[in-house]
Amino acid sequence: MTRSEIISSTEPAPTGAALLEVDDLYVEFRQRSGTVHAVNGVSYSLAPGQTLAILGESGSGKSVSAQAIMGILDTPPAVITGGIRFEGRDMLAMQPEDQRKIRGPGISMIFQDALSALNPVYSVGWQIGEMFRVHQGASRKEAKQRAIELMDRVRIPAAARRVNDYPHQFSGGMRQRVMIAMAIALDPRILIADEPTTALDVTVQAQVMDLLKDLQQETGMGLILITHDLGVVNEVADDVAVMYAGRIVERGTVDDVFTRPAHPYTEGLMKSVPQVEAKGGRLQPIVGQPPNLAAIPSGCPFHPRCAHRRLGAAAAPGRECATDDPPLRLVAPGREAACHYSEEVLGV
Amino acid sequence: MTDQQQRDLLHDEVEAGTTTGLASPSVDVTSARQNSLWSDAWGSLRRNVLFWIGAVLTVLFAVMAVFPQLFARGQDPRACDLANSKALPSAEHWFGYDVQGCDYMANVVYGARNSLIIGIVAVLVVLVLGVLVGALAGYFGGWTDGILSRLTDVFYALPLILGALVLLRVGPSTSIPIINTRGPGAVALALALFGWMTAMRLVRSQVIAVKSSDYVAAARAMGASNTRILVRHIMPNAVAPVLVYTTITIGVLIAAEATLTYLGVGLQRPAISWGLQIAAGQDSIRTAPHLVLFPSIVLTLTVMAFIMMGDALRDALDPRQRA
Amino acid sequence: MSEPTTGATAVSTASTAALSGARGAIGETLLEIRGLQKYFPLTQGVVLQRTVGHVRAVDGVDLTLHRGETVGLVGESGCGKSTVSKLLVALEKPTGGSIVYKGKDVTGLSGRALKAYRREVQIIFQDPYASLNPRMTVGDIVAEGWSVHADVAPRKGRLKRTQELLDRVGLNPDYVNRYPHQFSGGQRQRIGIARALALQPEVIVCDEPVSALDVSVQAQVMNLLEDLQDELGLSYLFIAHDLSVVRHISDRVAVMYLGSIVEEGTDAQVYTQPSHPYTQALLSSVPLHEPHLRGQKDRILLQGDVPSPADPPSGCRFRTRCWKAQDICAEEAPALVDRGQGHPAACHFAEARMVVPVEVAE
Repeated sequence: MTRSEIISSTEPAPTGAALLEVDDLYVEFRQRSGTVHAVNGVSYSLAPGQTLAILGESGSGKSVSAQAIMGILDTPPAVITGGIRFEGRDMLAMQPEDQRKIRGPGISMIFQDALSALNPVYSVGWQIGEMFRVHQGASRKEAKQRAIELMDRVRIPAAARRVNDYPHQFSGGMRQRVMIAMAIALDPRILIADEPTTALDVTVQAQVMDLLKDLQQETGMGLILITHDLGVVNEVADDVAVMYAGRIVERGTVDDVFTRPAHPYTEGLMKSVPQVEAKGGRLQPIVGQPPNLAAIPSGCPFHPRCAHRRLGAAAAPGRECATDDPPLRLVAPGREAACHYSEEVLGV
Repeated sequence: MTDQQQRDLLHDEVEAGTTTGLASPSVDVTSARQNSLWSDAWGSLRRNVLFWIGAVLTVLFAVMAVFPQLFARGQDPRACDLANSKALPSAEHWFGYDVQGCDYMANVVYGARNSLIIGIVAVLVVLVLGVLVGALAGYFGGWTDGILSRLTDVFYALPLILGALVLLRVGPSTSIPIINTRGPGAVALALALFGWMTAMRLVRSQVIAVKSSDYVAAARAMGASNTRILVRHIMPNAVAPVLVYTTITIGVLIAAEATLTYLGVGLQRPAISWGLQIAAGQDSIRTAPHLVLFPSIVLTLTVMAFIMMGDALRDALDPRQRA
Repeated sequence: MSEPTTGATAVSTASTAALSGARGAIGETLLEIRGLQKYFPLTQGVVLQRTVGHVRAVDGVDLTLHRGETVGLVGESGCGKSTVSKLLVALEKPTGGSIVYKGKDVTGLSGRALKAYRREVQIIFQDPYASLNPRMTVGDIVAEGWSVHADVAPRKGRLKRTQELLDRVGLNPDYVNRYPHQFSGGQRQRIGIARALALQPEVIVCDEPVSALDVSVQAQVMNLLEDLQDELGLSYLFIAHDLSVVRHISDRVAVMYLGSIVEEGTDAQVYTQPSHPYTQALLSSVPLHEPHLRGQKDRILLQGDVPSPADPPSGCRFRTRCWKAQDICAEEAPALVDRGQGHPAACHFAEARMVVPVEVAE
């Protein structure tokens, strides 16, 4: 075995072995008032056992891109183009019937608001068991038994007693566990967690994150973690893709990106967030507001808020921030950023 | 970064809000004057075509109610000749003749007064009762709400027509003004007294929703009085759905007047109203369909006019709906 | 007041002078809360309601706020911190205890005296979408307080003062005629701040003012609050669930659990020497931002859920989830006193323990 092969078995798998490949994904919503460009050319891949965090603020397109992968966007109004390949098969070219077969056993998803994602009129045991009844034709008794096992697995105390309880009888953290139980019921290869802990208290958040990490280690599934919380990314993820205005502006390992950001937006985020481990001085916020996806600024979408921007004569030829859209490019080994002046941000 | 740069960036941020399309160009006014909800609402109404159609129709019918002779083409509604009974529309007599051989167009035109009085008076009373009782019940809650809501339930238990029927039957033998006349005022009051409950429930639920909002809490924390909170915060946010409801109700009430007439307690000949005409025309709908058709058309137009104005007003009072 | 001048900077200095007014000395005690309680009755039945119990949302809170300082009140959802804010601005009546403002108990106030108190203690809400009346212009929203307290601003110059306030909070003063829906979340929160400032308050209760905002906008609003405090000598009670935000903005921090305060101290005391087991667990749950500190903190995973405030545990409220609990914890509620850690903690077995690896900053 050559050295590079040894490395590749521990590092994220090369594209050939990727579980999921997203290739130049675009999602638009055509509305009467105009077209909302929610996702604008996003590409990434996910290997088994890898945790990829997608970090962004509201309106960055992080959730919409995940919903496109899950196939839960209504088309129309959404228009999806690009490629989404699950184990090498193009999901967008598939019949809806085949897509449905991948959802559940292939890819599953958990949401931020567990209460509205659960049906209030069925017991949680029934809802978890439904996965087995629908996808595997299990009997009611068998489905209930496996629901109890799953509830045990996601550490819901006294699972056998609580299996007949209804969603409103559970606390927020427990409801999120029920959601996780449903999501992992069919041993998915990929779990997409969309802001799984945003609605939870910090002590409960820690419990749920621990649970997700442990489950991933047991099953080797790929985990896509969508969040706006820098701390969660740092503690849970291997790699991070930072999204802004519907595109990935920076990508790399969490250690690299968080220690030395290469895009001004990432840098701005780091500086604007207070930290629990230090009092720090005055915060340095990013000026301005996140862009409206119906009217994304020309050139680099971040340039109106950017501290490193170079406009007009100050810019290098072909790298004017208000007119030239910077591509996502390799700026350092293993680091990609969509900024004309990343080297300056990195301080190289 | 210098202070000046900081300031520029602060204002950049505001401009960023503009470029995102959040800001509307319609309210860009120089700082000389401060707009209020009502002046902005009027500004938005003025540009609403539907509002103008409704308004023109309403004015037309209002003028018709006040000066019917202007519209009757010189005919007297009470100058009848039985020889013309149920004659069909012609170039001379656009709406034809009714059973008794009276010019039908003159009749329909003269009917506007009673029908509009009944519709508008009844709806105003519904609005006042509904908003007042609903707002009190919703805002004060507790036992006030308990008593007022049970009272409303009692009225709900009485069907509109039955209640009005009883009141109009008993009315003339009492000494209560208006009720004892059997005129359009009595009919309007009778209909309103048994028709305000839905408006009350709408207002009550809206008020309860708005009452618990943070902006009402903010006003209370500022020391604002109950009256001020009701008038400035709760009512503007609670009346919109009621406005739409009441505009639709105008038509229902005008039609209900016809039913009362049919039952023998509403307006009686020789009074003239659309309700009377529709009720009378039903008997000969096979032989003379125009007797039902023409008063129904004007009734529908009246109702549409009010609905269009109500819709436009609701949108104008909601800044989020404005273009 | 300075002379009439033109230019944005001049306007802002003028407004600052007008806003601050006469103030007492920094550091004097402004607000003193003692044994504050709020029980909400639990009722059954529709027509004939009967009380079947009480939710003890706030159960014995002691807190002091000095002029010019920021006290952070931190806790998880349902701990009663929001009820404390409502009690402070007299949106709720306390069941027991006292709120002493400038030496006077304000819990029983009504009429003119209550109105005067409300002018001096203002509130900023969490949800920038729900806290502004959608049918009022921004100018009307900011100026509403002057219609209630006519003495604060003469009728004539109100529009100009509204614009000065908007300018001060970083909004374009020409936007007085716009409606809330035309602004983003962060901008709306600025409008809410301007509304509170309009009455020239001494104290502003900030109830989760940044938790609904995007990360990059949170910092803008926090900086604004800090600047306003420096200029106007305001005192803040800053209520939040985000420990990092509270640490950043607060001079002193109180940690709340199930209706009462379990630990209190300066930000350094509470964050570097947490002495109550709950504070320690809370701090250890906060994810850190620095890759090199990952895995270095003391992991304390709390088990179970917060007990119902309708039926809180006897003795110490935290004992059902505490790893130090002994018999005494069920029998005797621990007082909030200093047990040798330099700051008070409500635990029989209080013991300072560093949970979060600390970087020495500044």
